[in-house]
Amino acid sequence: MKTVKVSGKTIADAIDEALRLLGTDSKENVEYTVLEEPSKGFLGFIGAKQALIEASLKPDPTEEAFLFLRNVIEAMNVEAAVEVRENGKEVEFLLSGEDIGVLIGKRGKTLDSLQYLVNLAANRQSDRYTHIVLDAENYRARRQEALVQLAHRLAEKAKRIGGEVTLEPMNARERKIIHAALQNKEGVQTHSNGAEPRRHVVITPKR
Amino acid sequence: MMKELVEIIARSLVDHPDDVTVKEHQQDNTLVLTLSVHESDMGKVIGKQGRIASAIRSVLYASASHHHKRVRLDIGE
Repeated sequence: MKTVKVSGKTIADAIDEALRLLGTDSKENVEYTVLEEPSKGFLGFIGAKQALIEASLKPDPTEEAFLFLRNVIEAMNVEAAVEVRENGKEVEFLLSGEDIGVLIGKRGKTLDSLQYLVNLAANRQSDRYTHIVLDAENYRARRQEALVQLAHRLAEKAKRIGGEVTLEPMNARERKIIHAALQNKEGVQTHSNGAEPRRHVVITPKR
Repeated sequence: MMKELVEIIARSLVDHPDDVTVKEHQQDNTLVLTLSVHESDMGKVIGKQGRIASAIRSVLYASASHHHKRVRLDIGE
């Protein structure tokens, strides 16, 4: 990490100079410690001391996250490439490769766990929260499509049997996909039941 | 290799990465890993309702089963 020591008449002056040296224009991107407080001295000149600070660039969350994920994949001994796609505030890491199934896991469990850890690692030292979405070979979109189809199929079943249909436990994001898919469907309503991590959607026919 | 994986993940989550240690021993056909961190970092590797610990485990188990190995992760102080 690049660190600079800068002196200035005041602390603010020293910070401005440090920003210039570190090549950034925002105070948010640096962290600094004051090594010496400035003092005016006697009569304004005898024994006057300049401010001295030490400043360094804060790690960039996206970069931290990328390095973390690369190291984890390597330690897992899995063949996979990571592509970073930044779109304004949205950051997406796209995984591809031979062993991609290992990184996705059963119903995306490994992918969700990796995504959770990547976000923790990314934002550990940062004040502003950067959200990173992990996807592998379009898994998120395929899973969403599969859930919507499942929702409609089970809604028809609930109507046919005239009773409630219980889905398997899902995380909050997946339950939301089910609720949204059936929000405007005639003849059924949905709610969630149970406590995490066993919380699940129930579809009931409307009377 | 499993040991390194846990070390890499834990070091990226805690405030005191130098205090992260992972010990390993074989118990029958299972590799048992014991993760210890600085006491003020316990929450950073366990999380609310053990959410972080369970994410670490699921990544670890994915790697282990890919290589046809059995592994268990304990977290202690």
